[in-house]
Amino acid sequence: MASLWEYANPQRFMAFSARLLPWTAGLAAFCLVTGLIWGFFFTPDDFRQGSTVKIIYLHVPSAIMAVNAWLMMLVASIIWVVRRHHVSALAAKAAAPVGTAFTLIALYTGAVWGQPMWGTWWEWDPRLTAFLILFLFYLGYMALWQAIEEPDTAADLTAILCLVGSVFAIISRYALVFWNQGLHQGASLSLDAETNVHNVFWYPLLVCLAGFGFLFLALVLSRTRMEIRARRLHAMIARERLA
Amino acid sequence: MIALVKRDLILALRAGGGFGLALAFYLILVSLVPLAVGPETGRLAEIAPGILWLGALLANLLSLDRIFQLDWEDGALEGLATAPLPLEGIALAKALAHWLSVGLPLAVLAPVLAVLLNLPGAAIPWLVAALVLGTPALSMIGTFGAALTVGVKRGGLLLSLLVLPLYVPSLIFGALTVARAATEQDPLPSLALVAGLSMASWAGLPFAAAGALRINLR
Repeated sequence: MASLWEYANPQRFMAFSARLLPWTAGLAAFCLVTGLIWGFFFTPDDFRQGSTVKIIYLHVPSAIMAVNAWLMMLVASIIWVVRRHHVSALAAKAAAPVGTAFTLIALYTGAVWGQPMWGTWWEWDPRLTAFLILFLFYLGYMALWQAIEEPDTAADLTAILCLVGSVFAIISRYALVFWNQGLHQGASLSLDAETNVHNVFWYPLLVCLAGFGFLFLALVLSRTRMEIRARRLHAMIARERLA
Repeated sequence: MIALVKRDLILALRAGGGFGLALAFYLILVSLVPLAVGPETGRLAEIAPGILWLGALLANLLSLDRIFQLDWEDGALEGLATAPLPLEGIALAKALAHWLSVGLPLAVLAPVLAVLLNLPGAAIPWLVAALVLGTPALSMIGTFGAALTVGVKRGGLLLSLLVLPLYVPSLIFGALTVARAATEQDPLPSLALVAGLSMASWAGLPFAAAGALRINLR
């Protein structure tokens, strides 16, 4: 089997991602349409929460992907720092706006869900606050990319910020638990727990989760391709000027 | 390294701006709070721990871009980079000088402002302890942020956007220490966490700051 690092070559990456992109995009569309329709129209209402429970099909996957997007940026940043593959740095850059969008979706659907359930749009609960802080981290990360013109310097500095930010994001998460015992329920989905949500809700949720995962993959791939093309264009313009 | 700390301290004292400005900002911010929320002493005492910490944090933030900016502009930073002292040591010295010229004076001033806000007397020693132990973390994180943004023109706003989320844990535990002391709970655990955060950031962040400086000096 070919080494994973071969795709660090932009040419190979472009060829490979061109083949992969329609599949991920198609799977994302398929899973999201199936999962959301199944979840919204073919599951029973919860006996206590009524039909508001159905927002779970947007809320939980986007929240999970918001955190995973940051983790992916962290891994990509480490690869950039250690092995200096440009594709990796560009993938981290490409993932940031997608992660921000997922964070916003999770915050928004959480507020919409919280209003009828908890009687409040917003509560300074550890989970909610941690997500708000994650959102701020995304903003700072993107702002740093914007502010620095030299692309390699920007990649290096944002990678360092991502590493340090990850450590502080984890500390903040636990600091917040210390600070306030919250309103948000504990995790209702884990693979090993015995008391998961009922299967009727569980299967469509899994499909939605897969859909959001593929959606993230598709968006990041296409954005990375865009960044690579932009970089090439930049190089071409620079060469024209020299000639 | 000691020479560098001394130089930065003398610059902070004599060049005006940095040293007194942060203290004056702290004073003004805290005295504006009663005007904004009303003068009832009970309510003021309740929010005092948070306000005192938030004010210290913002006053700290205000002086961060001075850490490297002036040395960057006149080229002194490049001279320092070629000195036998590693960049990690320079970052550490810069953070130490910043703490001595901003963080420590803020902690000394805080009891006076605490009286203005009617903080219960029993909490005042804890406030000073929390600020003395907690502001080193703020200075070190700020030095890291300043090292990241030193190459950016007018990076002040960007600096605060990057640094403020990193201040969250120190702010939580610092304000919690004071609030617990004010309500006669045991403040020691959160004080220990504040001190731990400072020590951890002094142990780890000089490397990140030096990395950022090296990239910016490339």
